[in-house]
Amino acid sequence: MKIVIMGCGRVGARLAGLLDADGHQVVILDTDSYSFRRLPPDFHGTALVGNGLDDSILKRAGIGEAGAFLALTQGDNRNVMAAQIAKHVFNVPRVICRIYDPLRQELYGTLGIETFSPTKIFAEMLRKQLES
Amino acid sequence: MYIVVVGGGRIGYYLTKALLDEGHEVVILEKQAVICDAINDELGSVCVRGDGCETATLAEVGTDRADMLIAVTGEDEDNLVSCQLAKHKFKVPRTIARIVNPKNEVLFKKLGIDVTVSSTDIILESIEAEVPTHPLTHLMSIRDRGLEIVEIRIPTSSSTVGKAIKELELPPGSVLSLIIRKSSRPIVPQAETILQAGDQIIAVASPESEVALRTALRGS
Repeated sequence: MKIVIMGCGRVGARLAGLLDADGHQVVILDTDSYSFRRLPPDFHGTALVGNGLDDSILKRAGIGEAGAFLALTQGDNRNVMAAQIAKHVFNVPRVICRIYDPLRQELYGTLGIETFSPTKIFAEMLRKQLES
Repeated sequence: MYIVVVGGGRIGYYLTKALLDEGHEVVILEKQAVICDAINDELGSVCVRGDGCETATLAEVGTDRADMLIAVTGEDEDNLVSCQLAKHKFKVPRTIARIVNPKNEVLFKKLGIDVTVSSTDIILESIEAEVPTHPLTHLMSIRDRGLEIVEIRIPTSSSTVGKAIKELELPPGSVLSLIIRKSSRPIVPQAETILQAGDQIIAVASPESEVALRTALRGS
């Protein structure tokens, strides 16, 4: 499957490496080429410098043929906007979006985007760890 | 009306000032304390420090009773999220977003934002209007109808000079509204009106038929 990832931070880079090793065709976007240093040395996918909010960059990344799009930048709003572009403009079948703010995450969850909040998940996990 | 303005930059500041002068109840949300204090010193307590993309902040200023939310930060994505929260979480009837990238207009409409204002487009249009050789100038757009009001000048070399309006092949849906001529009053064009060199024609057309309209009026 072709997968487009926006944001080559620690999570984005790691996920790109894993999916690449699984045999998926991965394209990873970041506005800063220096971020691509985080990709594993044996990464076979494409690393593209550009803003995922710009539809010409998304087209260059081949979003039209993508089976999945993941928005994993540091900015909640940027992720939300990119996810909605992927879903509503390019009709990508699976769109996943990271939103740190739990309240915003709940709202966009109800608006039809697959969202997850690391804040919520991590807090819950730590609570369980402490209480076990 | 109760209006929530998101972003206390120059646009947010002057917008709020104008809205207050018109007698509206206005609150500005601004993230930076320094800007917030400066606005409150000048305009009275209208600015609340906080992120207009956060539900808690919007709830704090009573967004659920707002008639309108206007998001004018410099970031398109922030304006989008503010408007979407206002719309879906607080049921604000009217949301207006400033956009910097004109390409985002279509997307924002699709995502339910009522009105978008593109500062880039407005500046571009004003500059175009000041370039005298430009064959077609956008004067105004009637966005919700998908129509443009444009101005076209007829140069001396144009093959349509001396022709009557009825002889022109105007694209369907376009209407010539006014002819402005030197040394005469503006005239409403009739079928028999003869085009003269130097005429300024004000017309209404859809964006798709602009090129056809220009060709019809100026010859090819």
